[in-house]
This record gives sequence, structure tokens and C-alpha cells, in this order.
Amino acid sequence: MYRAHVLVCGGTGCASCDSEKIIQKLKEALLNFDLQNEVSVVQTGCHGLCAKGPIMVVYPDAVTYSQVSLSDIPEIVEEHLLKGRIVERLVYTESAMDDKLASLNETAFYRKQKRVALRNCGVINPESIDEYIGTDGYEALGRVLTEMTPDEVIQTILDSGLRGRGGAGFPTGLKWRFASGNRGNVKIYVCCNADDGDPGAFMDRSVLEGDPHVVLEAMAIAGYAIGANQGYIYVRAEYPIAVQRLKIAIQQAREYGLLGKDIFGTGFDFDIDIRLGAGAFVCGEETALMTSIEGNRGEPRPRPPFPAVKGLFESPTILNNVETYANIPRIILNGAEWFASMGTEKSKGTKVFALGGKINNTGLVEIPMGTTLRTVIDEIGGGIPNGKKFKAAQTGGPSGGCIPAEHFDIPIDYDNLIAIGSMMGSGGLIVMDEDNCMVDIAKFFLEFTVDESCGKCTPCRIGTKRMYEILDKITKGQGTMEDIDKLEELAYYIKNNALCGLGQTAPNPVLSTLRYFRDEYEAHVKEKRCPAGVCKDLLQYTIDPEKCKGCTKCARNCPTRAITGNVKEVHVIDQDKCIKCGACLDNCSFDAITKK
Amino acid sequence: MKSLEELRAIKERMQGQIGVRAESSNETRVVVGMATCGIASGARPVLNRLVEEVHNHKVPNVIVSQTGCIGLCQFEPIVEVFEPGKEKVTYIKMDAAKASIVVEKHLIGGTPVAEYMLESDFR
Repeated sequence: MYRAHVLVCGGTGCASCDSEKIIQKLKEALLNFDLQNEVSVVQTGCHGLCAKGPIMVVYPDAVTYSQVSLSDIPEIVEEHLLKGRIVERLVYTESAMDDKLASLNETAFYRKQKRVALRNCGVINPESIDEYIGTDGYEALGRVLTEMTPDEVIQTILDSGLRGRGGAGFPTGLKWRFASGNRGNVKIYVCCNADDGDPGAFMDRSVLEGDPHVVLEAMAIAGYAIGANQGYIYVRAEYPIAVQRLKIAIQQAREYGLLGKDIFGTGFDFDIDIRLGAGAFVCGEETALMTSIEGNRGEPRPRPPFPAVKGLFESPTILNNVETYANIPRIILNGAEWFASMGTEKSKGTKVFALGGKINNTGLVEIPMGTTLRTVIDEIGGGIPNGKKFKAAQTGGPSGGCIPAEHFDIPIDYDNLIAIGSMMGSGGLIVMDEDNCMVDIAKFFLEFTVDESCGKCTPCRIGTKRMYEILDKITKGQGTMEDIDKLEELAYYIKNNALCGLGQTAPNPVLSTLRYFRDEYEAHVKEKRCPAGVCKDLLQYTIDPEKCKGCTKCARNCPTRAITGNVKEVHVIDQDKCIKCGACLDNCSFDAITKK
Repeated sequence: MKSLEELRAIKERMQGQIGVRAESSNETRVVVGMATCGIASGARPVLNRLVEEVHNHKVPNVIVSQTGCIGLCQFEPIVEVFEPGKEKVTYIKMDAAKASIVVEKHLIGGTPVAEYMLESDFR
């Protein structure tokens, strides 16, 4: 029996800040004080507060330490765990109030969040099936198998209003109902999309790392509902912690008989295997994913037939995303009405977002649908660093679009985001400030799509390449107004003609930046100027002779020796040699260098 | 595992262990003074016994934790019980056996054990 539990975040963010070593050191320090039988050390999944990692929470006092380093460990053990004195200098500052510690749930970062899919992330040890069971794990599967008919399960999911969290937002219950039409006649498959390939997004990865059993349980529930006995989880090999914990989870579930033959003695058989992807973006598209599971090159195929009719190995298949599955057991246990009570009219429940870009609290957040972008960025995200001004937020990754400041108060849900030219996507949310050039952002996403296009259909293979070339031309100051028109025409052509969802949405970053920031495109073309000061070819660094003191610091730091001048004389930049790296600007102590 | 009962048995066992990770505001807090004076006079066995007894008797809404020096070193080991809405109860010169009795009579039975309590003059 342990009197205290020390939870150390083992999510990807904290693991990259040495949380593994911290756990090791913690165990050694506990041995030193002979506390190993009194204090348990638990490696958990992501707490969400990645910007302040490594995160450590000590229970029962519920004290959160942030940015813990290896050298802090002996102090934490001796002071807090042995003597009961909280190490105040390491306490997460948001939770430290005047005279007492606030619960983590009351801090600005967590207060407006509602953790359903991430319920267990950061709370349980993902490598222990017993801890999962201790938080109601597999109870939903047990109830479904013993108390509900398959149709009742599907009806519950339909009533909850749950929509796919992978991006498109198709009603999950409907998908299950389509596939269940073939129940009993043919082999049916349940698949899980854990490709999670949007740049900057890590929601599904974090669920798998923090709570892998929830996905297994939900897939078994789905299997029972639609009449399938085999499931596949398609996860990219680039997520080694997620893969490892999934393997452990599957092994444990099989040992307990929660996967395999005759589950709960009800005669229902269900097993799950992992299929590793090689990290191709297109394999996050459902038909390409299934083609890849079949052992072929991951390329999409035309729909219809939809996977629910003819999917994996030509059999009816349902494919849901990790976060979608993570909601299922809760819906069964708490009821469809409970789930439907959260969110907006057509978007129920919560959504996980990976906050990134120009934001203070980079990390993982889960909010009720209908929360405004302002709440997410200003309150939960802690605002934009260095007092800069918010310019836009990009959702939906390379398939989505940007949301400008004028829509800051729009409630986030599927339909609202579509209406303003973006999309929910899988949950990447990248914040941009006044220093980001929107043409450059569009170019970045197009470059990604060009790289990742599988090449099967012409509009995507050649179209995105041509779009990229035009964008490149514009950012170099060689674009014409006709180029902008051509870009737009091409965008609509690709949108209407590409084979799969990825190609069809690839022009979105361009279309949405053109919609809201056309003036920036035009500034690049007409005035040969980049308003945000990003596009190098349109920039010029100059030294103001009035302010230059001739200290030679800029000249000494210039990597191309483009700056000349004697001590105590005004320096000059040779524009032919300048590579616009900005080193002179960063080093000037007299504010004499201007960039425009 | 072939039945829901088996699953629930595991759940019950685990809830006692991971229950300390729940955060609720209306729980009873039992704290043991674990400064040098407390440790020297035997606070650790008291702390561990409290944790065990609370777990074994499945006492709901109770967390057992530590604190630093309470300032009455001559009375260590000291155990304080904070119940929501009630006055603090301070037990002094505790040992493991007394800890078991406090759990049984005070935390479960609801009646503080007067004979172990700090005299009112010192409060």
C-alpha cells in the first residue's frame, strides 16, 4: 500500500525533456531514503501542459511541479516525500496562489477544459490494465456484451450525436449502421486510424500513449455492434512510444480474456492486430489506409464503394479515428444524453486540439464544442508570447484553412469552421501572429502536400506542384496579378477533381488565405513587399547612418562579411553579399538596422 | 476473466489504490507532522499505519498526507484531522496502535478520541 503517488508525464513532449531519466533518478532517491515501499512512481500519458514539461504531480496532496530537472529530484524526495514540505520554487506557478495551492483543475489552463477523450491521460499508468480497470475500464464492454443488443449499441452512438474526430465529421453511429447491414453474412472489419499525420498535431498519438486500452475497448464494442471479430489499428512507426504501449495493452487484454475468444463468457470473439505505417500522409485517408493494411502501396481508391460496403479485403469495414473511439466507452457508461448535453446543436461532446505556434501554453487541450477561439487562445493557451498581435489560427492542417482575428469569437464546431472556410480537421491548431506571412504559410502547406501527394491522380500530383510554383514565384517578388487568378482557378479545379479527400482539400490553405489576406498577396505582387517581413527575397537590411556608432559588432557577426566599415565610422551592408539572415539586426545594440 | 463480477473485483481493488489521485474539495484530510522532530519520534510508522487502515477499511473521502513541523515538537508524533466544516482535531504522542484506533473511532465512527487529543491550553 503506497501512501503517496508520484505521477511523471511520459508523453512525447516530456519524454523528450528526459522524463525517463527523471523516473530513474526518482526511484534511486526513494531507495536512498528507504521510501520505495511507501511512495509509488507512475509513468503516465500526456498532461497537456507540454510547454511546462517535464510535469510531475504528487498525490494525495495534488501538487504539480513543472519544468522539473534531474538535479531537483533529491530535493523533492527529501523535502516533499519524506518531510512533507512542498518544494515551492518548482510548483507550477499557475497553481500557486497567495497562501495555498490551487487544484490543477482550477488553473487557467485546465479550468475551461473538459477531459473526456483525455480522461485518463496523465492520471493512470498506460502500461497497467489494472489501473485502467480501476477507472471503470472495460466496464462499458462488459455491459454492452451482457445487457445490450448490437442495435441498441448503434442507437446509443447515434443518439449521442458523436461525429468522426478525424476531420470529416461524419456521424459515427451512421457509419456503424451502414456496416451492420451485412451482419452475420460476411466477414466485417473494425479499423482504427491512428496515423495522426497532420504536421503539428499529436492528439491521437497522445491518447495511445496515455490510455491505449480505451481504444481497444471501444473497438471491441464497435465489433460487437457491427458483427466483426477482427480489428486493425493502423499506427505510424514514427510513434514508437504509442506502438510499444499498444502492444503491451493488447497483450494484457488477451491475458485477461478481454480480447480473444468468448469475451465475458458471452460467446463474442474479438481480436486486434497492429499494422505499422511508414509515415505517409496519404495513409491517413481511409481508402489508402486500408490499401496499406492489405499490404499494398498506400494509394487511395475511388469512393463509392464506401468502406462500409466494400472496404478492407473487399469486406464491409468501419474505420474510426483514435479520438472518436476514446469517447465510446464514456458514452456507453454515462448515456447518450450526457454526451449530447455537451457542445453545440450539431456538434456534440468535446474536441481535443494540439495547440502550437505562437502561443504560450503549447500543448494538448480538450474543450467542449462551441468554445470560442478567444477562450482557447487567450485563456487556456495563455495568449501570444512577447505581446505580439494575433493574426490568424490555422486548423485542419494542410486540409484546413486559417481563421482571421475577425472570427475570434466564433464558437468552434464542425459547421462553423466549414462556413468560414476552414475545417475542424483532426485537431491541429496553429496560432500565428503579426510576424507570420500568410503567403509563406500557404506555401509551407503546399510544399507539404506536394511532398506527400501519392501521385495516383493528376490534379493532385501536378496541380499542387503548379500551385506551389506560383506561390514560390510570388514570395520571390516575381508574381503577377494574373498569377493570383491562375492560383485561384487551379485551386478550385483540384478541389473538384482530385481522387481523394487529401487532394480535394489540398488547396484550402491557399483559398482561405486568399479569402482573408488577399491584400498580403497583392502587396507581394504589386509592391514587391512582404508586410510581415518574412519573405527573404523581398527584404532589405539597411543601416541607419544617424544611429550607427561604428561599434563593428554587426560586421563581426555577419556570416558572409557583407558589412564593411571602420571603427567609429558608419557601416554599410553590401546588398549583393547579404543573405538576409538577420544576424546584424539581432546583434545591433543601437537599433540602427532596419528590415523592410 | 469470464464475467463482469471478476472485472468489478479488480476495479474495487484498484480504486482503493488509485483513489488518492482523485481531487475533491470536501474530503477529510489527515496530516502527519513529518519534520525532523516528527520523524525522530516515530511519525513514519504512524503515517504508514494510517494509510493502511484507511485503505483496508475503505474509508471514503479521506486523504492521508504529511506536513512539516507543526511547532509542538515535544508532542510529536502529531496527527491532525481536518474535516470539512468542523474544527481541527490534533492528536499527540501518536504511535501505530493509536493510529489504528483513531481510524476506527474517529474516521469511521465519527467520534474523536479524546484521550489522545492535545489539551485545550495548548491550542
